[in-house]
Amino acid sequence: MKISDSGAPHASGYWSRRDALKAGAGAAAVGLLGFPAIVRAQPKAIRIGHLTPMTGFLGTLGEYAVQGIQMAAEEINAAGGVNGRQIDVMSEDSINPENAATKAQRMIERDGVDFIAGEISSASALAISQVAARHQKLFIAVGPRSDVLRGANCSKYMFCIDIPNTVMVNAVGSALKRDGMVDGKNFYTLTADYVFGHDLLAAAKNFFAANNATLIGNELIATDVTDFSPFLIKVRQARPDIVCLNLAGNQVTNFIKQYAEFGLPYPTVGFNLNTADAWAAGVGNLTGTWPTVWYHTLDNPRSKTFVEAFQAKYNRLPENHAWISYITLKIMAQAMGEVGSAETPALIEYLESGAEFDILKDRPAHFRSWDHQLIQEAYPFTVKPAGEAADVYDMIVLGDPVPDASEPLENIYPTAQQNTCTF
Amino acid sequence: MQFVFLLEQVVNGLVLGGYYLLIALGLSLIFSVGGIVNLAHGAFYALGAYLSITISRWLGFMPGIVISPVLVAMLGIVFERLILRRFYREDPIISLLVTFGLAMVAEQALRMIWGSAPLVQNLPPEFRGPVMLGEFLFSRYRLTLLAVVVVVMAGLWLLLNKTAFGRVVRAGIQQPDMVAALGIRLQPYMTTIVMLGVGLAALAGALFAPITIVHPAMGAEILTIAFVVVVIGGLGSFWGVVLAAVLVGVVRGVTIHYAPAAGEASMYVLMFLVLLLRPRGLLGEPIEKFEK
Repeated sequence: MKISDSGAPHASGYWSRRDALKAGAGAAAVGLLGFPAIVRAQPKAIRIGHLTPMTGFLGTLGEYAVQGIQMAAEEINAAGGVNGRQIDVMSEDSINPENAATKAQRMIERDGVDFIAGEISSASALAISQVAARHQKLFIAVGPRSDVLRGANCSKYMFCIDIPNTVMVNAVGSALKRDGMVDGKNFYTLTADYVFGHDLLAAAKNFFAANNATLIGNELIATDVTDFSPFLIKVRQARPDIVCLNLAGNQVTNFIKQYAEFGLPYPTVGFNLNTADAWAAGVGNLTGTWPTVWYHTLDNPRSKTFVEAFQAKYNRLPENHAWISYITLKIMAQAMGEVGSAETPALIEYLESGAEFDILKDRPAHFRSWDHQLIQEAYPFTVKPAGEAADVYDMIVLGDPVPDASEPLENIYPTAQQNTCTF
Repeated sequence: MQFVFLLEQVVNGLVLGGYYLLIALGLSLIFSVGGIVNLAHGAFYALGAYLSITISRWLGFMPGIVISPVLVAMLGIVFERLILRRFYREDPIISLLVTFGLAMVAEQALRMIWGSAPLVQNLPPEFRGPVMLGEFLFSRYRLTLLAVVVVVMAGLWLLLNKTAFGRVVRAGIQQPDMVAALGIRLQPYMTTIVMLGVGLAALAGALFAPITIVHPAMGAEILTIAFVVVVIGGLGSFWGVVLAAVLVGVVRGVTIHYAPAAGEASMYVLMFLVLLLRPRGLLGEPIEKFEK
C-alpha cells in the first residue's frame, strides 16, 4: 500500500508523489510562461524510498514513522529543499522481510531512489540491507534495534539510528541495579521469536551473568500471538522474582493488559518498549522500569518545538518512532547539504566522518565509523502508580539520560571487542 | 502441583474455546443456512469491540458489552437484506469476493471513524485480578466470560432445538426446497440467523476488548482461527463447532504447557489430523444442497 494513494484519514497530511507531481507541474507551467530558463535549471527531486511496517504487529508504530518522516520532508521542502532540490519520500508498507526486500529492490531498480530509509522490524532491515549492499545503495536503518545489524551482519551501506538492544538493556539495567532488583534475583523472560527478540535475550543474558542474576526460564513467543494466558500460567508455575519482557510491538500491549487482568504478584520490567505500545494498554496496567530512546516530555526546547509542531499537524502526541523518523531525515538533509549530493559514496564518507547532528536531545549525536551506529543518549523510565496518572500520556516518568553527562556517550554502547563488525 | 498448572491450562483452554466459539458458530450458521462464506465476519467482531468501548465511555462498562452486540446485530439485518440476500443461490465465489471486499471496506471505515491508533479499554476494578481456589488460580474476568458463553450457548441451543424457529432453520439447512414447498418463506429465518451470527461475533469482540488490542485489523486476525474451528468441527453441526472450539483452546494451552514454541502451530496440526481422518470435520454431516 502506498501512503500517497491510500484512503487513510491522515493521507491529506502527507507529502505524496501526486502532490509532488502537481507542484512540479505548477512550477513548470509558471516557468514556461515567464522564465523559460528556470525550467531547464529546475533540479531533479531527491527521491527517498521509505519502508516501514504499517500493518501487522508493528503497524501501530509504523504509522508514527510515516508521519514523522513526512513531516520532516515538508519542513525541509518548505525551507527550500536540500541544495535547491526538493525531497520526495515514498512511504510504503513492508509487511515482512520478503516483502521489504522486494520493495527495496523495486525502489532502487525501477523508481531510481537515491537511498532507502526506514524499518522497525530487525528481520526486515536485515533483508533490505542485503539488497542495498548488492546495489551499493545507502540504507538508513531507522527503527530496528537488533545488535547483529551493527555486529555480525553490519554492512558498509547500512547506518543504524535507533539505540541497539545492548543499550536498551544497559539503560534499564543501571536503574534496576540502583533499585536492588538484579543482584541474586530470579528472572523469567518472555521473548519475541524473531531476530530482534533472540538478540535482546542474548544481551539480557549477558547482563544477568555480569550482575549475579539468574535466568530461571524463557518463553519464545511467536509475533502473531495475541493471547498470553497460557504463558501467564507458566510464569506463575515458575514463581520468579521478576518477570522481564523482551517482546515487540503489539505483543507488549497484549501482555501487559493480560498480566494486569490475571493480577500476578511478580514485578515486571522490560528491555524493550515503544511508548505507543504502553499507551495502547491504558492507565493502570503498565508497571516497572523500561528503556526508551526519546519521550515527548524531554525537557529540551528543540524537542518541545518538534512535539508542538507534530501535535498541530497530526492532532496527537508523537511517539518515539515519529521522533526517530523525523530526525533521520533531518540528519540526511544535513549530510546531503554538506556534501552537495545524494550519491551513496559521498554520503557514507560524510556520515563516517564523525560529523555531529542535532537530534533534539541535550547532547548532539554522531555515527561510529566502524559499526555505523548513531551514538546518542538513552533514558530509563518508570511508571506512575495507578491513580496518579491523568491519562496514558501522563503515566510515564522519564528518568535522567544515560550515560551521565560526565561520561562519554560510548560508555553504554557495545565496545569494539564485543562487536564483531567489519566492513 | 504440576497437576494444578495443567488443570489451569485446561480451564484456560475452555475459556479460550468459548471465545472462539462465539465467532465460529455465527460463521458456521451463516454458511449452513445461506451457503455463504462470510469473510466479513471478522469485521463485525471488530465493530463489536469498537462500539463497546465508545458506549462504555458514556454509559459504563457493562452497558457497553450488552448494547454493542445488539447494535451490530441490527446492522446484521441491513447486511443480510442489502447484500447477502442476493447471493444465496449464486456461485459461492461471488459471495466470497463480496464479503472479502466488504471486510476491507469495514477495516478502512474503522480507521476513518476511530483512527488507526489502538483504542484503550480498561477492565473495571471489580473484574480485575485472580480468583484463588486453594492452589488453583484463574483470572476473574475470564471466569465471567466463560459464564457468559455458557449462558449464550445454552440459549442458542434451546432456540435451534426446542422451538419452531429452530426446526424451520434446521430443515432449511438440509432441505430448502422441501421447506419452500411446504409454503414456508425461508427469507425471514435467514435474516434472523445472520443477525444472530454477527451479533455473537460482536459479543466476542466486546468481551475481549478489555484484554486485547482493539485495532482496525483485529477482525482479520480472528477470522483465521474461526475458520479453523469451523473446519475442524464440521460445517452445519452445532455440537461439532462447540467441540472443535473447546478442543482448539485446550490443545493450544496444553501444547504451550509442554512445548511453548509449538503453541501456534498446534491448531493447524489438529486441523490436519482431523481432516485426514474425517474430511467433513468431527461432526460434519453431508449437506445435500452443497454436495450435488
